Amino acid sequence: MSAFVLTDHPALDALEREIASAILAASGEAELEQVRVSALGKKGSVSELLKSLGTMSPDERKVMGPALNGMRDRVQALLATRKDTLKGAALEARLATERLDVTLPLRETPAEIGRVHPIAQVTEELTAIFADMGFSVAEGPDIETDFHNFTALNFPAGHPAREMHDTFFLPENAEGERMVLRTHTSPVQVRTMLGQKPPIRVICPGRTYRCDSDQTHTPMFHQVEGLVIDKGSHMGHLKWILQEFCKAFFEVENVTMRFRPSFFPFTEPSMEVDIQCDRSRPGEIRFGEGNDWLEILGCGMVHPNVLRNCGIDPDVYQGFAWGMGIDRIAMLKYGMNDLRAFFEADVRWLSHYGFRPLDFPTLAGGLSA
Amino acid sequence: MKFTWSWLQEHLETTQPMDAIVEKLSLIGLEVEGVEDKAKALKSFVVGEVLTAEKHPNADKLRLCSVDVGAGAPVQVVCGAPNARAGIKVVFAAPGTVIPDTGTELKIGTIRGVESRGMMCSARELGLSDEHEGIIELPEDAPVGAPFADVIGLNDPVIEIAVTPNRADCLGVSGVARDLAAAGLGELMAPRIAPVEGKFPSPVKVALDFGDTPALSPAFALRVVKGVKNGPSPEWMQEKLRAIGLRPINALVDITNFLTFDRNRPLHVFDLAKVKGDLVVRRAKEGETLLALDGKTYTLDDSMCVIADEKGVESLAGVMGGEESGCDEATVDVVIESALWDPINIAQTGRKLGLNSDARFRFERGIDPAYTLPGLELATHLVLDICGGEPSEVVLAGAIPDTTRTISFPLSEVKRLSGLDASRAEMIGVLEALGFAVSGDGEVVDVVPPSWRGDVEGKADLVEEVVRILGLERVEPIEFPAGNTRKPVLTALQLRTRKARRSLATRGLVEAVTWSFVSKAEAELFGGGKAELALINPIASDLSDMRPSLLPGLIRSAQANADRGFGDVALFEVGQVFAGDRPQDQTQQAAGIRRATARPTGAGRHWSGKAVNVDAFDAKADALAALAACNAPVANLQITRDAPAWYHPGRSGVFRLGPNVIAAFGELHPSVLEALDVDGPVVAFEITLDRVPEPKAKPTKVKPLLEISAFQPVKRDFAFVVDRTVNAGDIVKAAQGVDKKLITEVSVFDLYEGGNMGEDKKSVAIEVTLQPRERTLTDAEIEAVAGKIVADVTKKTGASLRG
Repeated sequence: MSAFVLTDHPALDALEREIASAILAASGEAELEQVRVSALGKKGSVSELLKSLGTMSPDERKVMGPALNGMRDRVQALLATRKDTLKGAALEARLATERLDVTLPLRETPAEIGRVHPIAQVTEELTAIFADMGFSVAEGPDIETDFHNFTALNFPAGHPAREMHDTFFLPENAEGERMVLRTHTSPVQVRTMLGQKPPIRVICPGRTYRCDSDQTHTPMFHQVEGLVIDKGSHMGHLKWILQEFCKAFFEVENVTMRFRPSFFPFTEPSMEVDIQCDRSRPGEIRFGEGNDWLEILGCGMVHPNVLRNCGIDPDVYQGFAWGMGIDRIAMLKYGMNDLRAFFEADVRWLSHYGFRPLDFPTLAGGLSA
Repeated sequence: MKFTWSWLQEHLETTQPMDAIVEKLSLIGLEVEGVEDKAKALKSFVVGEVLTAEKHPNADKLRLCSVDVGAGAPVQVVCGAPNARAGIKVVFAAPGTVIPDTGTELKIGTIRGVESRGMMCSARELGLSDEHEGIIELPEDAPVGAPFADVIGLNDPVIEIAVTPNRADCLGVSGVARDLAAAGLGELMAPRIAPVEGKFPSPVKVALDFGDTPALSPAFALRVVKGVKNGPSPEWMQEKLRAIGLRPINALVDITNFLTFDRNRPLHVFDLAKVKGDLVVRRAKEGETLLALDGKTYTLDDSMCVIADEKGVESLAGVMGGEESGCDEATVDVVIESALWDPINIAQTGRKLGLNSDARFRFERGIDPAYTLPGLELATHLVLDICGGEPSEVVLAGAIPDTTRTISFPLSEVKRLSGLDASRAEMIGVLEALGFAVSGDGEVVDVVPPSWRGDVEGKADLVEEVVRILGLERVEPIEFPAGNTRKPVLTALQLRTRKARRSLATRGLVEAVTWSFVSKAEAELFGGGKAELALINPIASDLSDMRPSLLPGLIRSAQANADRGFGDVALFEVGQVFAGDRPQDQTQQAAGIRRATARPTGAGRHWSGKAVNVDAFDAKADALAALAACNAPVANLQITRDAPAWYHPGRSGVFRLGPNVIAAFGELHPSVLEALDVDGPVVAFEITLDRVPEPKAKPTKVKPLLEISAFQPVKRDFAFVVDRTVNAGDIVKAAQGVDKKLITEVSVFDLYEGGNMGEDKKSVAIEVTLQPRERTLTDAEIEAVAGKIVADVTKKTGASLRG
């Protein structure tokens, strides 16, 4: 139809061809704009023709009106198409110049570099497990009195059991007392029993000290102890708690434990606990299988003398306690082979054996998942 | 405590195999530390006889031997030992045998052109001793071809158990046997010891003389045996002693050592000829000396108990005898001592003198007082049997203490404490088998512990005896419900500790755990060094004082890492620091350091930017991050410039809430780094977590209502010129103070020093955010606030608006 109109008006036809070729020739958006202004601007060639419609006779207008309007619409459409084409080409050209070497290595994010020490991590693991069993966390001072570290715990003065603890001593203080660095976290149990009435359920993690230093001993190490005092807790409950703990901590379905009678001044009966493991693969321990026994903790029923020393009647209340090395169980679980490295702050060791800052141990997520 | 399998069987009649016994020992509380079976390692070595020994055709010092090994034709062996000669019995190893000393397998060799099809061994090659001067020569009657281990009695495995301090009674083989018998593994063999009739009164008397000081010995018994013939003890005794690592000396001494281990009855023998006059048991005089049997001279004091004669001290009671009065091969008349000593005194004496002995080990744990006289009788029997002689009557000074006591024992205690269901018969059976006397028909029985169980005090001890012998495996695990009392698991401080730790790690700091002790010099540099915090017995001189700060340990560690080639380190620690020796002097600190270019944005060179050294602001940011994580009121913290002396005075500060200093940060003082021999730059921070205030307790966890303004915030910039010493913080504070409600944020977006500002001026540009709440601000209102900001900042800081 439009082709028909064009052939009827050769002058218009020529104009339209001229505009169309100018549009197609425009090489940029600015140039295209110029073409648009010269055709459709206020004084553009097409606009002038459209204005002239008003001066035409009705008959003439009847013919020329549609012809001119059609021509304007086609020019507009052609402009729009060309504009899109040019815009696309310009973008292509720009993008072709915009290039990053995305293989360049970034700086590591701080959260990837930072580490939490295995002792802290394992302490949080322990806390998560025992919190689930109704325990809260108790802490106490590292510098202790002889009473809290020994006497209250039924270590008679001069008894060989005291000698087994290679104790660090501080000089006699103004009160005439010779303080010690606690040799175990048991004084926290004493402080807890003296400070609160049964029922008691606490775990006591912390630093402990013995003046001993060799391949497997460091003068400072970490222990966690647990204490339960109420009216009916017995060794059967203790066994269950320790069994559940081992399963949760080592993240295995089953553990086989062996309880052996032993001696600690502050518990009676006293026991040591071995867990079954497989050490046949070099550098690796697997729990819940195998033919080896590994000693992991000591425990027992709180000695009546200890209860008495803490103002608790042993004929009314009873309970149990256990203790183990945090460093030791960390080594067993995560396979570090040298205790001394825990305290040497070698960044290579810390980065390797340490934990990412956002790896919070939770029971919901599987402790170390 | 060591003993051999056959030794145990002399006290325990059993049909059980050794493995079952070994397993049971651990399960009843006598933990087996090891079983050494030398026969296993030596099982391929046999007795051989050298038939001929000719000179090696090509070597002067080697011999070509023909050895009968009991099977097949004689074997040709080349041997270099000087004692290799025809006719002797030797230890022969065939090719393929692993030599214990070297761990290598023996091969057929050719030595100087002559084939050698085996080896004749020295004691060292068999791992038996250091002797390697020649090959072992066996007794003439050793049967050719027999296993060597059988011939020398090494086929007796040595069992070593760890005896806990309460079980002195198991420091003798007979005590171990008693436990095993009670556990059902055999019959205890305890024949009665018949007293030996004295033929004459003892020529030596003894007196206990402690004057008016506390007695250190309740009883001392002795007897003389005259006319003994002392020499090597019999082979059966020597074998036992050697097996447990003791050196046989002579019969009289060996008898005392044997009974020490056999019956846990330490004894001593004096040579009567060397004792002058009667014996007296007394306290040592200050400065008295004794040349002891270990060849060392000890200087004594009046806390120690000795046995003396007219010449002076002859023996250190219960610890070690004296060289001068000891028995040797020439001894004809012997004094046998069986005594009781105060355990604590023995322990103290041994500790003071640094003297360990098998006797001390036993006396300080407490031995059976009732066995004092039977032990003496048994020793007499052995002396008479082995050395002959004629015994005197027994002399006893003091009295054997009666340790009999009765424990009222409700049998239900077993169930109460252990959860174990055991029958009355089982429980009483165990106690009786262990030597306890049980009487009474009711629920509560009377139990009298045997004289050798001084450790048993009360009901709980009896429960232990019953449960350990019946078997801990019979105690069933029983679920322990968590209960319905939900207390907070962690204290506020424990929570803060955790949050500080995690937040510091997310900033790229690596957590270290350093010693709680530092050197005195380090303690002093960081505000510590109090006398009350210096260990009396430090493990090393540079680990002598309880740390006043975590920084010395961290700095030391950073330098150690730098020395290993890792200089850009960022370390932190969360732990205890000490201002005194009382519990309240211990606080929980979170501290960190950054060294060289270990910045939060990354360390070292990188294409994205130059390597830049750490500065005080990195430490400030670390401290703030941790404080924020601990829910400290970060917006209210004031910063002052009075950081402790170990910080750079111009590049450090503290965070405080009024007088409460919560944290310090900054560059470390150059002279501190120099004193520690550490290369900088090092920046650091210390936060005292105990001092972070707890937010006020609220009855509900509901957060305050969120107010969101419907109106756009307005931002205005101001640039001020101030003296260089003016704190930017004061400008911010002054601007903020103009209208705390309307002004929601003031940030410093530009800082310019030097250049055309001159030496002592700087320009600080701030952006102030106004947040209208009820309606849009008019231009006039904004201008009014702006004017007030300029006026207040100018007034409070001496600033002028930059033109």
